Amino acid sequence: MNLFIDAFAWIFSPDRLSGDLPLQLALFQQLAYTFVSVVIAALIAVPVGWAIGHTGRGREVAVAISGAARAIPSFGLLILLVLLLGVLRKPEAAVITFVILAIPSILAGAYTGLEAIDRRVIDAGRAMGMTEWQILWRIEVPLGLPLLVGGLRAGTLQVVATVAIAAYIGLGGLGQYIISGLQLRQLDVIIGGAILVAVLALVLDALFAIVQHLVVPRGIRAGAVAAGSEGRKKTSRTAPERPVGVTTADAAR
Amino acid sequence: MSWVLDNLGLIGGLTLDHLRQSVIPLVIGFIISVPLGWVAWRYRLVRSGVITITGLLYTIPSLALLILLPSVLGYSIVSETNLIVALAIYAVAILVRSVADGLDSVDPGVRQASTAIGYGTFRRFWAVDFPLAGPVILAGLRVAAASTISLATVGILVGVINLGYLFTNGLQRRIIPEVLAGVVVVVLLALLVDFVLVVAGRLLMPWTRATAVRRVRRAPIGAEAAG
Repeated sequence: MNLFIDAFAWIFSPDRLSGDLPLQLALFQQLAYTFVSVVIAALIAVPVGWAIGHTGRGREVAVAISGAARAIPSFGLLILLVLLLGVLRKPEAAVITFVILAIPSILAGAYTGLEAIDRRVIDAGRAMGMTEWQILWRIEVPLGLPLLVGGLRAGTLQVVATVAIAAYIGLGGLGQYIISGLQLRQLDVIIGGAILVAVLALVLDALFAIVQHLVVPRGIRAGAVAAGSEGRKKTSRTAPERPVGVTTADAAR
Repeated sequence: MSWVLDNLGLIGGLTLDHLRQSVIPLVIGFIISVPLGWVAWRYRLVRSGVITITGLLYTIPSLALLILLPSVLGYSIVSETNLIVALAIYAVAILVRSVADGLDSVDPGVRQASTAIGYGTFRRFWAVDFPLAGPVILAGLRVAAASTISLATVGILVGVINLGYLFTNGLQRRIIPEVLAGVVVVVLLALLVDFVLVVAGRLLMPWTRATAVRRVRRAPIGAEAAG
């Protein structure tokens, strides 16, 4: 456990706020890459996912793409893009990799959110004379929001983990401590960096868990309490191929 | 391409290492997940605990896990054991849920019928519950396999040699075909293992046939209210 005492001493040393890579800069880099990539991925994946969920078309294609994307090693893709685009374009190469990484989870969150809605609710909206556009914005989007946030949560966690790995190409971020520590064989730096990376991921996960809870429309939350555990059991029963992303996202509920 | 042809031996050797480092954690993860998933399914209180803990472990980024685990458990960071334990933990996180969800998906009527015929709990689990949960567990296993195989490449960052070596070495020497070969072989390996799993599923669960699991429109979160 001495290792951890040394690591915490390293983290909380006043030297962390200065030097080659001050902690606040590393944290900023880590969050900036994560945030920018997830936003770009969401701008692409959410409209497509909603289109798939609303029309019910193209689902097989989306599933196939998501499945294939899971098998691509993002670390290898990153290095490939760095070599192809040139070393000067490292940030672009990194963001492209992160966006590709985040799209499948967000896409799955968007369309499963819409698919999960009771058809009768949508039919009722249509019977009341709602246009397709109104059905999308007033019924499907609000009801699908928790699963969409779940997809964003999974995507964000994947990206934040991969940003740490991307420190290998000199991108900065919290992973940089681990990578340079490994090269210099400084155990306190390595473990300290690993603790920082892990804590950041857990904090982001917790924040998303809160958001996911908040976006559940009020009417449903009241109903869910009334329906009790029987209703909850039903949801998990009929989801044979939920993506990992959404799986973890649901985990904390 | 000439780089690939000149180094087929290297690629082949790394592929075998990579396969070993991915399959062992999947097998270990599966063996742990079946009883753990059953416990999580059987005891509702335990379920949220088990799923929360595995979920949190799954949340920890791979690079951090590869360093924190050996520091806590006391083995070498560069050992193959390190990578295998980390990947097994991620596999368990995915599979425990699949096993619990799979057992959920078994028709309670079938379960009652088998009890009525005289199956005890243990024999009923292996003869009825587990096979009928099979398709859902298989789906989880396929997800776990693909992500394990691609994630294993991260091992190279802490010094565990596998196909990830082609990435770091390729970057240092600026050989694009080397890196590309690494990516392609990892994807092919994932597809191969996926194919093996699907075929094994067909053979072991002939009742599922080619139609696979027909997707049911999922009971909505909102429908809990509707009932």
